[in-house]
Amino acid sequence: MTQTTIPTGRREDEIQIYDLHKSFGPVEVLKGISTIIHRGEVVCVIGPSGSGKSTLLRCVNLLEQPTKGRIFVLNDEITDEDADVDAIRTKMGMVFQQFNLFPHLTVLANCTIAPISVLKQSKATAEATARDNLAKVGLAERGDAYPAQLSGGQQQRVAIARALSMSPELMLFDEPTSALDPELVGDVLSVMRDLAKTGMTMMVVTHEMAFAREVADRVIFMDGGVIVEEGPPDEVIGNPQNERTRTFLRRVLDPTHVDTGAEDQAYAERHAGHPSPDAEGQLPASGRDA
Amino acid sequence: MTASAAPEAAVQAKRKNSPRQRAIRRRRIQYAVLALLLLAVILFADGGQIQRVFLRPDLVGRTLGIGLLTALKNTVVYTIGAFIFGLALGTVLALMRLSSVAPYRWLSSIYIEFFRGVPAIIVFMAFGLLPLAIPGAIVPFDPYGTVWVALGLVAAAYMAETIRAGIQAVPKGQLEAARSLGMPAGMATQRIVLPQAFRIVTPPLTNELILLVKDSSLVYVLGLSASGYELTKYGRELASTTSNLTPLVVAGLCYLIITLPLTFIVKRMEANAKKAR
Repeated sequence: MTQTTIPTGRREDEIQIYDLHKSFGPVEVLKGISTIIHRGEVVCVIGPSGSGKSTLLRCVNLLEQPTKGRIFVLNDEITDEDADVDAIRTKMGMVFQQFNLFPHLTVLANCTIAPISVLKQSKATAEATARDNLAKVGLAERGDAYPAQLSGGQQQRVAIARALSMSPELMLFDEPTSALDPELVGDVLSVMRDLAKTGMTMMVVTHEMAFAREVADRVIFMDGGVIVEEGPPDEVIGNPQNERTRTFLRRVLDPTHVDTGAEDQAYAERHAGHPSPDAEGQLPASGRDA
Repeated sequence: MTASAAPEAAVQAKRKNSPRQRAIRRRRIQYAVLALLLLAVILFADGGQIQRVFLRPDLVGRTLGIGLLTALKNTVVYTIGAFIFGLALGTVLALMRLSSVAPYRWLSSIYIEFFRGVPAIIVFMAFGLLPLAIPGAIVPFDPYGTVWVALGLVAAAYMAETIRAGIQAVPKGQLEAARSLGMPAGMATQRIVLPQAFRIVTPPLTNELILLVKDSSLVYVLGLSASGYELTKYGRELASTTSNLTPLVVAGLCYLIITLPLTFIVKRMEANAKKAR
């Protein structure tokens, strides 16, 4: 596949990942990931645990230092040693599985501390923005509460409001509903659905297949540190072409289906050090040529 | 209980030997021994003689003078100043210890191990001779400055380890969240990590403060003038002029005026921390 220039230089190519590798000690978690995420696109990354999908997301804002490869965010290379990483990070919000709200600050202060201290906004401006965002996530009344006084679902919505208060151009979600009680998942997903409708670029690592199918423009299925299959949700989730994708979806969509043998075999294959031919040396996806 | 065929007597015997009954019996024996000990002390001790040695009423009166108040004030001022100095230096040492810059880690480790390992009184003695070793080395606010620095240098070594533990107890996600919002490392540490770390270590730090109150009794080796005496030195001087221990005992009891409220505060804080969790 012939690659165009790196980076593409096109403004709509907001996240560009080229041949990303990441090892933790001797374990190679990412084995050459390449993809481009476009402005306004909602990309859901799915895959079994240990497939490297969270690591991929954390590499994008350099919470993990890639072993090899290049990442461009809004055409700034964050993997460049001389990059102003902090400045690039202000343009992308991150939402964590464990919320990571600041427990010593009120909900409002959680949303204003970075705009005030990093973006040098006035307190009044920052608070106005924060109140807007808290209203968006349905928590306009809870600005004076402390995180510990909120439910998990509310905390995660505050975390989304906190990230939005930096007025980012794109948002990263790292399994945002995985730590929530089942009855609290819906509120968080509906906030994310609303956010997607506003045209926000979103990269979402998730186990919520229904959400991915409904909201995503593109689904990336990862396994064993490589992108096994990617495309529109109806194709990847609705009619997967790869056997590994099919096995994974069968297990996720029907948790009562017990097939220990298949699971163990899949695990062995993932860790055998022989990536399947279709994944070896995978080149950047050309994106959807719409 | 299911209907059992065991006869009534057997059930009774089992009851008597239950773990609860045995615990009660053991407790009763302990109380009896304690009561006997107390009785022995009361019977055999000569109250009058004890009072003559440790608490002679006329000397108690003589000790409770204006000098005691000055000494109490000095103890408090020495302790607070040293605590603030030690806290600042301890925080710097803790951050150095956790730094990614290796020489900072080494320096901090050497400092902490040295000042924790060497007896405080020797450090103070050496510090007292510092102006001799380095002519012109004068600490401002004499004599307070000298005491604050000498006491603070030692206290910082202990506090640094406490603060380090506090920083490490703040979940890693906190720093990640702060960095993901674009905060530089220093700002994230200062605004997000340290406030939480200090909240975690407030009870142990207050304990350090209590220890410091008592360690302030060692600064007499710095050679202070009478106006700079703290409680212990004041009591000792008076004890040697009167050839009786009473002034020292009174001075010693004065420490409780400072430490008991602190102990109470620590208990309150620990209870609150438990509730918050």
